[in-house]
Amino acid sequence: MPTEVVWMMKVVRGFYSVAHAVKLCRPNVICAYPITPQTEIVENIAEMYANGEFENCRYITAESEFAAASILVGASAAGARTFTATCSQGLILMSEVLFNAAGMRLPIVLVNTNRALSAPLSIWNDLQDSMALRDAGIIQLYVENNQEAHDAIPQAYKIAENRKVLLPFMVCMDGFKLTHAYEPVDLLDQSLVDNFLPPYKPEAYLTTKKPLAFGCYAPPHVYMEFRVAMQNAMERAKSVMRDVFREWAEVSGRNWGGHLEVVHPDAKFFVVSMGSIVGLLRKVVEELRKEGIDVGLIKLRTFRPFPAEDLRKELSSAEKIIVLDRSISLGYEGNLSIELKSALYGFSAEIISMVIGLGGRDIPKEFLKDLIKNAILGKEGSGFKGVKEFEEVIP
Amino acid sequence: MKLKINLGAISEPLQSENFKTGDWGTEWAQVDKEKCTACRICEQFCPEGCIEVKELGDEKFAVVDYNYCKGCGVCASVCPQEAIKMETKEIFKFDAY
Amino acid sequence: MRYFGRGHGACPGCGLAIAVRNVLNALEGKCFVANSTGCLEIISSQYGKNAWGVPYIHSLFDNTAAVASGISEALKALRREDEGKVVVLAGDGATADIGLTLHGMFDRNHDVIYICLDNEAYQNTGHQQSGLTPLGEATTTTPAGKLQLGKMGRKKDMVAIALAHGSPYVATSSAVLPADIRRKVKKAASIEGAKYIQIHCPCVTGWGIEGKDVVKVGNLAIETALYPIVEFENGKLITARKIRDRKPVEEYLKLQRRFRHLFVDPRGREIIAEIQKIADHNAEKYGLDLKKD
Repeated sequence: MPTEVVWMMKVVRGFYSVAHAVKLCRPNVICAYPITPQTEIVENIAEMYANGEFENCRYITAESEFAAASILVGASAAGARTFTATCSQGLILMSEVLFNAAGMRLPIVLVNTNRALSAPLSIWNDLQDSMALRDAGIIQLYVENNQEAHDAIPQAYKIAENRKVLLPFMVCMDGFKLTHAYEPVDLLDQSLVDNFLPPYKPEAYLTTKKPLAFGCYAPPHVYMEFRVAMQNAMERAKSVMRDVFREWAEVSGRNWGGHLEVVHPDAKFFVVSMGSIVGLLRKVVEELRKEGIDVGLIKLRTFRPFPAEDLRKELSSAEKIIVLDRSISLGYEGNLSIELKSALYGFSAEIISMVIGLGGRDIPKEFLKDLIKNAILGKEGSGFKGVKEFEEVIP
Repeated sequence: MKLKINLGAISEPLQSENFKTGDWGTEWAQVDKEKCTACRICEQFCPEGCIEVKELGDEKFAVVDYNYCKGCGVCASVCPQEAIKMETKEIFKFDAY
Repeated sequence: MRYFGRGHGACPGCGLAIAVRNVLNALEGKCFVANSTGCLEIISSQYGKNAWGVPYIHSLFDNTAAVASGISEALKALRREDEGKVVVLAGDGATADIGLTLHGMFDRNHDVIYICLDNEAYQNTGHQQSGLTPLGEATTTTPAGKLQLGKMGRKKDMVAIALAHGSPYVATSSAVLPADIRRKVKKAASIEGAKYIQIHCPCVTGWGIEGKDVVKVGNLAIETALYPIVEFENGKLITARKIRDRKPVEEYLKLQRRFRHLFVDPRGREIIAEIQKIADHNAEKYGLDLKKD
């Protein structure tokens, strides 16, 4: 850690940690539609905008998330650095546009404050919304706390705008659990961000000086190549991200790890999960280790591109892996489990896939601890956990 | 040679001009330059942009670019001088049995 | 410099292509085009066959007004407004049906010229009904049958919708009035805010007409008062194209395959009478009939 880095800790809510970081990244067009639990992010940004804290920037309150994403497609293609935030129904409403933006290779940065999907309507947290965008060609990074969310914004721009990548970037932070939480956050300094993140200067953009056509359609003889190019960009993003993560650790003095963070890499058993639940899992793992259980923890940060190689390396000698999912691919199983099983194909480790905490269902520490312990002892298998017994009736 | 593809399917301007549409129709427009007053009405109406008033020597009249003329007949229908006639292309002319 | 290249894929006699060429010429190519999915997009923006000589973007079917708003705001943020005007070129389906982002653009009054190229159905995919398909037209999704004689219901009044949003400039025009298109586009370009111009574009394939009849049919739409050519500034009607001897709607309808059933089926008379009422209403509403001395 370089000695000149001085952390200025301030207790702020998750919303503000995002809004402040966005401001420091000097976006040109910000456009959003309010949705719980994202609302205060855009409210904070709106307040900063109203007070003249943004330069060369337009902030637009759109009539829907669909419009917000579409406005950013136009703005990004015209050469602007762009930002939006949303979640849940809003993200799903944006999805047509986001698939399109990825194909047009527009480096739009968005924050998704993870929330469950309707029906039944739920404003509470799980990861179902961003999982539904898995195949969009959008980079997905999951954060554990508000400092990581804060730090992720400048990194997101730097990765998305890298000419080897040029894909939308979605920072996923748990709704309520992070957005509404007060945490001490080292609020970044403008000069640090300016030195880290150069101004956005796209090589191709809409201009009358060189009239290019964006969003052309591709017949079968060329369509597939564009999709392969996106896949290649995702692959390249893996190393670009590693470099940016490393650089960030140097300039900020905070090392969030690579695509994964591994706690107790030599452990026999592993718990794998993403997002704010990792904070709780750190405690649970330490307590279990005190009880003599050799368990480690993998915090998956990057979900797309999926770091399969890293997982194979870290889990090569694991005996049992417990995956904690907070979303499910209905008709199959937990989303992260599906990915992990595919990545670890051919490994002998037993993989236990547990789905917990849907729609904000509470995940108490003792519950979590018992689950993991019993799974390791062979007393708990895959499936939904923390669900009441019920009978279906039609009224 | 390797195929080059522009990121995000971005295209260069005016590439369509490389694609000749002059063989689409069975007819094409013929301008009677004696009747033509170079009023440019046909120019404004042509959906293709392939009829243009040109100055050749001291004459000024509408010229059809047969690389692109699809033979729609719009120009002929708007010419106030009736200086444009639609003519069947040679290859489409045949004797009736 | 060409703004819309030759070699594009429009059907011979395409009204929409006439309109587009005149829109771009009016702006002397100093514009950014945002185009929704549809006829124009398909004929002009295949990868590697791009017909555009101006900066162009196609994103989706349903979001073009928002994309254009984004370009307009980006140009403001980047202080590049002088580069050109932002223009939407959208079809009638993209405008009246699926283009939900239009009202946000009007509401926030982004500096955009929204041009609806109205060929009165989804012609690109083979003539399906849209909100701007007029009463009685047989389309593939409102065919003429035993129960119904084509589209039942009216053509959506997009002009009124644009006016209700407080748009500073709203006008209609026709592909058969190139000079009128150019004048109105220039006028729209001189006004700040979200402008709306709806251009009637005869469609040879969808309407079932020949290229040589495009101008005749387009003119008849105007001369029957079925397509009033009007212009509003700040909500006030400033011009309306007068009609000297208004023609009965049959003269317009009978030339087109899309209305043919109205002359075959005996019940067609009632529909034609309804269509005549629409024309009469238009003529009265905008004062289209030239008073005879």
